[in-house]
Amino acid sequence: MLELRLYMAQRITALIMAPLVIGHIAVMIYAVQGGLSAGEILGRTQGSMSWALFYGSFVVAVSIHGAIGVRTVLSEWAGLRGGVLNGVCLALCALLLVMGGRAVLAVTMI
Amino acid sequence: MPDEQRSGATRDRTDNANGTLAVYVWRGDGTGGREQRFDVPRQESQTVLDIVTWIQQQADASLTYRFACRVGMCGSCAMMVNDEPRWTCRTHVERVARNGELHIAPLRNLPVIKDLVTDMDPFFDKWVKAEAIHHPSAGRDDEFAAVTPDDPERIEASAGIECINCAICYAACDTVAGNPDYLGPAALQRAWTLYNDSRDDGGDAILDAVSRSGGCHSCHSMGSCSHYCPNDLDPMGAIAGLKRATAKRFFGGGRG
Repeated sequence: MLELRLYMAQRITALIMAPLVIGHIAVMIYAVQGGLSAGEILGRTQGSMSWALFYGSFVVAVSIHGAIGVRTVLSEWAGLRGGVLNGVCLALCALLLVMGGRAVLAVTMI
Repeated sequence: MPDEQRSGATRDRTDNANGTLAVYVWRGDGTGGREQRFDVPRQESQTVLDIVTWIQQQADASLTYRFACRVGMCGSCAMMVNDEPRWTCRTHVERVARNGELHIAPLRNLPVIKDLVTDMDPFFDKWVKAEAIHHPSAGRDDEFAAVTPDDPERIEASAGIECINCAICYAACDTVAGNPDYLGPAALQRAWTLYNDSRDDGGDAILDAVSRSGGCHSCHSMGSCSHYCPNDLDPMGAIAGLKRATAKRFFGGGRG
């Protein structure tokens, strides 16, 4: 039942991402209105557990959601199957987790 | 919905009942082939199947095609007409011809046997793979099952029972084209019909079958199946029902 689990994982991560995307865009719009500098933004995010959880969960959801979507594209358009397909999907998920995780750590850790 | 409206095609004004139609018919077999032109006399109320039959009877007896009832009940005569899957016995030439031309080819997404005849085995094998087979809930000594027409589950089941197995939805489906393992709209719709039939005892077996690789979760809801179904059925809606039922069971719920 791998297909069903992947289907459910992609839908659940989409549900998680929906409010996070809205929050992310809202913060970006808010942040640029007053002309905040990078230093001022980092001053608010560094050491903040709330921002770490917000963007940390965002990164996890995106990594799972995106990797499953690319898995479907590779299956239908490139004809990948079985272990190769799952391997590429897992590698992409890991890559997104590492890159996104590093970014979250960089802006939230003191 | 009338064919004309469904396809967005306009009535062809360039030919007329007294003229001829340039018909390009795909000729070949599983190894390949090409189009062959035939000039076919136009007649009033002529169907695409009439055209193919004229060619076979008057121009080239070796042309191979499949038909049976000629009245839209048996589902045998489906072909690609100007690159769209259609039941040829109920498709009027004047509604699909463009610039006095017609291109007729075997159904998409199925292996070709010869000319306009495809091998339907993969299509029907997938019905079995989807558990779209009856799972009896009673024996011959039991009372007849009472079927209540206005029961919500019966309404869902009844929505799909007019499928004539023509494989037009299967030929129209881009997901089948991209994923040969995908069970396809017709098999999944049949599975949904049986899932909602109170006389069928295979609910869990059906949900197991459609949750495997190539099952209902592979559907991208593009809707070509429902768009092209000649009987105005809604396979995409049936597949959505299977997705809901499998999701509900995933979270520990009962029947979806």
